[in-house]
Order: sequence, then structure tokens, then C-alpha cells
Amino acid sequence: MEVGMLPISASKRGKLLAAGYTTLDAIARASPSHLARDIEVSDNEASEILNLAAKASASEKPNETHTTVVGGGRTAWDMLNDEKFSSYITTSCVDLDNILGGGIKCKDVTEIGGVPGIGKTQIGIQLAVNVQIPQDYGGLGGKAIYIDTEGSFMVERVLQIAEACIEDMEEYRNHFHKDFQACDVKMHPNNILENIFYFRVCSYTEQIALVNYLDKFIMENKDVKIIIVDSVTFHFRQDFDDMALRTRLLSEMALKLMKLAKKFCLAVVMLNQVTTKFIEGSFHLTLALGDSWSHSCTNRIILFWNGNERHAFIDKSPSLKSASAPYSVTTRGIRNSTSNCKRIKMMNTSGMVLCLLCHGWNLKLGWLYLRGTVKFAVSFSYKELRSYLLPQVWFICYFPWLQLETGSTGVVLHAWLR
Amino acid sequence: MANKLINQMGLPKSISNIFTARNIITAKDALSHTEFELMELLDVGKEEVTSAMAHVSEVVCPPCQTALLLLEQRVRNETSAGHLPSRLKGLDEALCGGIPFGVLTELVGPAGIGKTQFCLKLSLLASLPATCGGLDGRVIYIDVESKFRSKRLIEIGINSFPEIFLKKGMAQEMAGRILILRPTSLSEFAESLHQIKVSLLQQQVKLLIIDSMAALVLGEHDCGTSRQQALGWHVSFIKSLAEFSRIPVVLTNQVRSHIGDESRMYSFQAQSRSIIKDNPATYDSHLVAALGINWAHAVTIRLVLEARSGQRFIKLAKSPISPPLAFPFKITSSGVVLLDDDGIEMKGSEINTIHCQGLSLSSLAVDSSEYVLCTKNT
Repeated sequence: MEVGMLPISASKRGKLLAAGYTTLDAIARASPSHLARDIEVSDNEASEILNLAAKASASEKPNETHTTVVGGGRTAWDMLNDEKFSSYITTSCVDLDNILGGGIKCKDVTEIGGVPGIGKTQIGIQLAVNVQIPQDYGGLGGKAIYIDTEGSFMVERVLQIAEACIEDMEEYRNHFHKDFQACDVKMHPNNILENIFYFRVCSYTEQIALVNYLDKFIMENKDVKIIIVDSVTFHFRQDFDDMALRTRLLSEMALKLMKLAKKFCLAVVMLNQVTTKFIEGSFHLTLALGDSWSHSCTNRIILFWNGNERHAFIDKSPSLKSASAPYSVTTRGIRNSTSNCKRIKMMNTSGMVLCLLCHGWNLKLGWLYLRGTVKFAVSFSYKELRSYLLPQVWFICYFPWLQLETGSTGVVLHAWLR
Repeated sequence: MANKLINQMGLPKSISNIFTARNIITAKDALSHTEFELMELLDVGKEEVTSAMAHVSEVVCPPCQTALLLLEQRVRNETSAGHLPSRLKGLDEALCGGIPFGVLTELVGPAGIGKTQFCLKLSLLASLPATCGGLDGRVIYIDVESKFRSKRLIEIGINSFPEIFLKKGMAQEMAGRILILRPTSLSEFAESLHQIKVSLLQQQVKLLIIDSMAALVLGEHDCGTSRQQALGWHVSFIKSLAEFSRIPVVLTNQVRSHIGDESRMYSFQAQSRSIIKDNPATYDSHLVAALGINWAHAVTIRLVLEARSGQRFIKLAKSPISPPLAFPFKITSSGVVLLDDDGIEMKGSEINTIHCQGLSLSSLAVDSSEYVLCTKNT
């Protein structure tokens, strides 16, 4: 490591080099007073430089006790183990969760873009509510930061979605946790609203300042599990003449957000607008802020109209395969698109009917009603499913194309594929 | 906030002097540089820069509110929780009470469909006394296309609120609360916006209408980046205006004919383009909003007014709180009237299309003859 890498001011660096201190070793050997005289600074400043140099050379030396080759690095194996425990925030749309591998992933930066009115803000609000689903219900029990640059955040809408979310949780509890005491405290929509920290940003300067400040804010308010920026584009699209500066500022901001995501294990969701771009002789829609910005996010999801349905498309992701899934925006929030239920039935000889949303044998089950008494299963493999159902179900057949009405005495099973 | 002076932020004197010496006066100047640029520029170490910027950021960054606080404020401080009822029952229900305060609401539709009529009605409603369900305030009406007719305004008033407007002197008082501005150029418009900003708070202005935004921008700039930029600046200004004075802002937008359908797709959809081309539905609609996609992102609520086979519809094309509904309406002597309060739920992207079929001149003629009759009666 050379002197040029020390985090000191340019003039001091210049003086060091001019005085012949080109390596850290050379600096380390000098005494503070010597150094001060040589480069004409005060003793205090000289000892500060010495401290920094000592720190820098210490971090450079290979640490004997550590097995890693380079300081700060981690092996792919460790990361794999970490990823096993990574948590997801559900989007409330099962199809969307499926293509995302379970929902919006913590520690990742996800960008969501689409035309006006497609539901970007809706997804933002939905995530801000869903992140608060308690751990007993399979959620994260976290808090949300909502950064609003456009002024499109509607509290009335948050209330609607929060109420629907609580209703869903209650239904879940009534059906599956009759004996479950811990959840007796009823959640109130106000509790959900209370845990959404809302920042209204009115210029790009404030946006940058806020991202800088978030680190401290999250330290003070523990449990923030998601940061939503709605939208990252708005101010950066209006006030700039100098595009190079814009790119620099944007990428610095993206880096800081990424750092936050890793440090506090939270999800960052940035909503983006679209613009038209001239490609190969025709105009196409593309997400705004240019090509260099498109490198800044880990995952990129584009929302678009496919005929009469809203679809989400994974445009970019290091781990997920490119796929698209329909979703719909209802009064209760983001939900499954109703027309796209791939229903598969399972019947048994005693006339019971199972409705499954699946293909393949690796199932994740949502609801399971058994003759009035309802049981719940989080995740089954096929084998577990067989052993669980065998007392009731003798014969399982599998019609991927059929949709049957469920009988009143039947077993109804809504499940979805992982 | 962004223009706050750095030397008044309580930074250590030594650091804040360095900022001043390098001509970095405001927070905006400082935050427009990356940390490494600042290290070079100010000639100080990384630690100093980081801690100084952390401090500057903390001062500049906007205050945090919880959503609950926001809701409580709205309910406490504002009539009908921050909505201006349009008195169109179905529409008000879908919008949770009416045109919301603090955001931009856009009306888009072909010429003669009733955009101006809608605006006239809204300005009346905002000026009505609070006892009659109005906002009891002034209205600023920016009339770019010179379409505002006071006669028509009074007529709508008399027909929809006879008990108020037939009282002596009330018509004058109501109409006296509506201030019409007629800017001829964008620069003039910008100037009046700045004046408005000051007067909004002092003058009890409760509604701002801009009819039409498209005429203002399209008149001056040809298509391209200069227009985008001019528009962009005004959009953020109007937005902040709406937000800080907490008033509803209603803007109208024109339509233009649409060239091709390719620009509505992403490149990853290109392979499926042939399928969509077979679909005649996409050829059916030849109209799109005159101001482009950048503008469409900026408005919070978009109401599309259109005509299909002679029937006028008002559609909730973009709204964070409402389902995609379409309401048939007609224009009578008392302004816009809904024919059906339940609305028709639209499927998919149909909600965004703008049709103009069968909006014949004869139907307009009927309206205007009716209008002449009524004005004579007054």
C-alpha cells in the first residue's frame, strides 16, 4: 500500500511525497516530530498521519489466525449458509412471490419500474404494511421507512391495505390457531400506520441528505426492515443539466443504500419511472435514469400491461431466472390475478376434493380444511404430504387442467408451488 | 432546506470556514459533490469530510413523520379529511370523498368533452360557503386557452345551487372569489406561479385550476428535451405548491393522435409484438394524452374523459386509492352530471385508452342551444 491510499488531504499527501515518504514503511519509521519538521505540519497532525499509516499497514499484514487470504473477504460457502437464513417480505401476491423466490429479499436492492398507473406505489405501500406482519404469522415484524419524492403517498390507502392485512391475519388465526394464546392481542391498523416512517423529500439535495442520514436513523429506530424510495427518479429527472454529475450522485446514493441493506439486513426497494428510448429503429419503453443506473440495482422488476392483466417481469437478477407473473391491484391491496389460478385437483375415494395450486411434487401449502376442522401446514414435501393426508386420502389423482367446485364435506387445499 | 447555509449549521468553525473558502455556501452545493470530490476540493482528510457531511445531511434531511401522525393531522385539520367533494356521488365515493388536497389531479380528454365544464363546477364548489359543503375560499383559475366564461359559471351555479345563487348579491360574491389569470407564455405563467405561492397562504385560496397545461407547454416548445425540461421544472414547482398549502390542484391536458403502438412496449415484449398486432383493440384507440409519459408519472390522479358511441364517460385512469371505474355522464345546464353512480369496472389497460367516437357536433349543438336558452332566462 502506498501513501496515495491514505485517507488524508491532497496537500498533505503532496507534502509527504515531496519529502520522500513514498511507502508506509518509510512513514512508520519516522518519529512524529521528525515527520512534522519534514513536511511542515504541526506535531498533532503528524501523529495523526502516523496513526493512519499504522492502521493501514496493520490491515495490510496477513493475519495469522484468520484462514482467509484477504482481509474482509468471505468464502462462497459461508455466504451460502447465510443465504439459507435470509428472510423475505411477501408481496401478498403468491404468483409474484413465486417468481421472486419467496418475496422481496432482505439485504438486496430491488428496483421496480413501470408505466404510470400500473401499481408501483401500490406495491410500495403493500410492502410497507407486509413487513410488519408478526413473526408468529411468518412475517418479519419489522418497521418500514417510506421515502416519498412524488407526493403520491396516500394515508387513506395505507389504512385500507392495513385493515385488509389485519383481516387476513385474523382469518388465519381463527382457522389455524384456536389454541394459540400469544396472538390474543388484536392488532389495530393504527399500530401498522405508526410503524411506517414517512419522509417527504422535495429536492434531490434532500434525497441525498436523507440517504446519508438514514444510517443514524436506523441505529436509533431498530427493527427497520425495509426502505422504500418512491420514486428514486423524480427529482433527478427534473433538475439536472449535467448528466455526468447526475450519474455520479446516483451511483453514490445507490452504493450507500446497498451498504445500509447489508449492514442492517433490510430490503431496499426503489421505484422507478419509465421513459421511451430509440432502439433499432423504433421507440421502446425502458426504465428511466439511463444505462449506467441500470447496473446499480441487484434485482430489477418491470411491471407492464399484458393484454388486460398486470404482469411483473424479472428483467435482471443474479439468482432468479427471468420470468413473469400476473398480479392484480384490488381494494385490499396487491393480490393474485384471479384468472390465473392453475388449479390442480386431488380426489380420493371417499369423495374428498383437494384443490392445489401447484405443478410438481414440491408443495408449499397455504390452507388446508379437513372436514370442518382446519389445519395449517407451512411447507410440505410430497412425502410429508402423503403421510399427513393418508388417514383421509387413499387415492390421489392429478388433473392439471381441471377446475372443480369444492364439496361441502370435502378437503379443500389451496397451495402453491415453491 | 436545500439552500440552507453551511456556516449556520453549527459545524466546527474550522471546517465551515474551509467550505466557505471553496465557495461551497449552501447544503445543495455540498451535497452535489461526492465525498471524494469534496476531499480534493476542500483539501481535508476523509474523516473530516464524512463527519461534516453527516452533520450537514442531518440538518438538511426532511423531518420524519409516522403515517399515523399524518392521518391524524388530516382528520383534525381539514374538512372531510382533505377532500373537495365534486358532488358527483359515484366519483366521490371512488375517490374516498372527492378531489384530494395536496396532490395534482389531471383531466384528460378530447376537445369539447367537458373538461372545462368540470373545472367550472369545481371552482364553484370550492368557493361555496362551508355551510353548503364548500371550502369557503378563493379560487385561482389559470385560463390559458381563454375558455373561461363567467356567464356559464353563473348558470351552473344557479342550476345546481339555486338557494344560494338566487339570493341577492350571493352570485356576485361567489363569482368574486374566483380569480382568473390569463398568461400568454410559459415565462409569464412561471411568474404568476411565484406570485401565487405568496398569496396562497394569505388569501385563503382553496383551489388552483390550470386549464390547460398542455396548451401552455405545447404552444412554446417544439417536441424534444427542451420541452421536457421546461415541463419538469414546473411540475415539481406546482407539486410543492399543492403540498405545502394543502390545496387541491386540478390541471387539464389535451389529447393528440397516436403514432404506432410500439412505444408502449418494452424491448423484452418485442417478440410477442406480432400477437398483439393481430389484436384490433390496439388500433382502435388513436388518441393519447398530449403531455408525455414523464408528465403522466407526475400527476397523482388522472381522470380520463372520453366518448364511446356517443356516450361520454369519465374514467379513473390512475389513482392510488380507487378501483378502475368508468362513469357515464352528460353535460347539462348544471354542469357535469353522472348518469350512473355505481360505475362500470374496467378491465386491464382499457382504463387508460382515450376514445372519441360519436361525439358528434349535433350533440354539442344541443348542449349549446340549451345553454343559450338558460342564459337568456337568467
